[in-house]
Amino acid sequence: MSRGGGMSTKTIVTGVIGADVHAVGNKILAFALEEAGFTVVNLGVMVSQEEFIAAAVETAADAIVVSSLYGHGEIDCQGMRAKCDEAGLKDIPLLVGGNIVVGKQEFGDVETRFKAMGFTRAYPPGTTVETAIADLDALLGA
Amino acid sequence: MRYLTVDFGSTYTKLAAIDATEARVIGVASAFTTIATDVMVGFHAALNLLREHIGAFDYDELLCCSSAGGGLKMVALGLVPELTSKAAKMAAESAGAKVVRTYAYEISATEQAEIAAINPDIVLLCGGTDGGNKDVIVKNAALICKTPGDFSIIAAGNKSASRELEEIFKHSGKDCVITNNVMPAFGRLDTEPARNAIRDIFIERIIDAKGLAAVQRMTKHEIMPTPFAVLKGCELLSLGTDKTSGIGDFLAVDLGGATTDVYSMAKGAPSLSNVLVKGLPEPYAKRTVEGDLGMRYSAAFLLEEAGARNIADACGIAEDEIVAWVRKCVADPGTLAPQNSRERALDETLAGCAIEIAVGRHCGVLEQIYTPLGETYTLTGKDLSETPRVIGIGGVIQNSASPAKILRHAVFTVKNTGRMFPKAPAFLLDKRYIFSAMGLVGMIDPELALAIMKQEMHPLTEDEDGIEKPETVR
Repeated sequence: MSRGGGMSTKTIVTGVIGADVHAVGNKILAFALEEAGFTVVNLGVMVSQEEFIAAAVETAADAIVVSSLYGHGEIDCQGMRAKCDEAGLKDIPLLVGGNIVVGKQEFGDVETRFKAMGFTRAYPPGTTVETAIADLDALLGA
Repeated sequence: MRYLTVDFGSTYTKLAAIDATEARVIGVASAFTTIATDVMVGFHAALNLLREHIGAFDYDELLCCSSAGGGLKMVALGLVPELTSKAAKMAAESAGAKVVRTYAYEISATEQAEIAAINPDIVLLCGGTDGGNKDVIVKNAALICKTPGDFSIIAAGNKSASRELEEIFKHSGKDCVITNNVMPAFGRLDTEPARNAIRDIFIERIIDAKGLAAVQRMTKHEIMPTPFAVLKGCELLSLGTDKTSGIGDFLAVDLGGATTDVYSMAKGAPSLSNVLVKGLPEPYAKRTVEGDLGMRYSAAFLLEEAGARNIADACGIAEDEIVAWVRKCVADPGTLAPQNSRERALDETLAGCAIEIAVGRHCGVLEQIYTPLGETYTLTGKDLSETPRVIGIGGVIQNSASPAKILRHAVFTVKNTGRMFPKAPAFLLDKRYIFSAMGLVGMIDPELALAIMKQEMHPLTEDEDGIEKPETVR
């Protein structure tokens, strides 16, 4: 199945942000997105905001999917939307998921904070990859 | 079989006579390059000198390379600085070009004017992975076509932009070529097609433009850009042939009047554990060229970069004397420092600075990162800390009474923490400037070129600087 129909598939840049080295989930997510028909640019682990943005600019990506598993995602993700705007990636969907905050917190509050940071979607632990794919389809009009 | 190789340099035309049967260099000679009038005058002057040294000499094959007339001057354009801009620069440098400037994103009016002022031989236009961003390469193509100057354009970017590019190029009145993307997918490089396009343009157009058409008519072999020949020679010496092994990893430094070229033959994988590799993949045979670091034409930039104060501290000569000498070198690039003079000591200090800065830029960078899980490192570029040899090429190193002292600047010091300089290399000297000649011969007879290079690399020892040492690397 090819997303976006015809010749042009949708391109997703993904990776694990910050100093996080959790590689397994990243590989599974990249695989699932590819299987779902997206063109996936997987940056692997320990990816800085700048690297996500550089890859998205060069590949004309349609969305950025950020993973964070080690609890420090809230710090790592700050200012990313502003940098995307600065780089000309205006309105690019930013999705984030994993264990994105420290400890167990009410996810409604977490989601509000990530949306305030400019993220299009924020997912709690245990979200299935199908949820994210369905959201990407809706966001990208695939 | 006898070969005559000719290297038309910016300052000197260097000849080497090679006997294939005996597998040795019979003799070398050089004379001033006479590019402004007739390049053949300098060639014949050098040939007469050679014949004075070695007696009557006739050759079966003539092989030439050239960096005359400022070498192969290029500018490179890409999209993101650390991605396609860097890839474009790497492609051009590995083809033997001197990349004067590298640009990223859509160029500004000032940058466009700067390109016109640089007056390059070739503009390499990149940007976007295949299927990625095409706005920037298309906009830059239109701007470059409107930029005054007699240069060729090579587009090696997003393949999806090729139709638009063709349309723009068709009416530009410039010589334009479209080839494969230097970065077809994120993080994957394919620089060979761009390299070939650069070499083709060099052969078709630039040889003529630099007044070497007469030389090209004398030989059936194509004239190569000199750094390309040196890179080929380095590759051969390092990797060997199918039958004979090479000497393995090394770093080579070619210190010239206008530029400092650094060649590394090494994978450059991290030597430490707990290191994450970042950035673009690095080629085994890598060349970088520093157009702002040279002993004559660009000595003023070198002085600025190194700092007169630091140089004064290093050689014990007063700052104003240093500035005066550099001024003299720039005004008259033919200036020579007499043996055992203060100027010679100063020149050698400058050479050490040029090497340190150039090798520092060539090597990878190790950065320490503190994470919630402890300390870790990232490496961008090549880790050359375990590289076992440093080879010196080029005038100042060759003519120095203590070449190892100059080459020691290519070694790691605490000052350069984080830069992956070689830590404890042995030093070798290309005493007769044979790399470019062997790069040329190697394209015809690699076994011969390899055997000769192994003879010609002279080991240098720290205490006696071994210049007179007869032993050779086998």
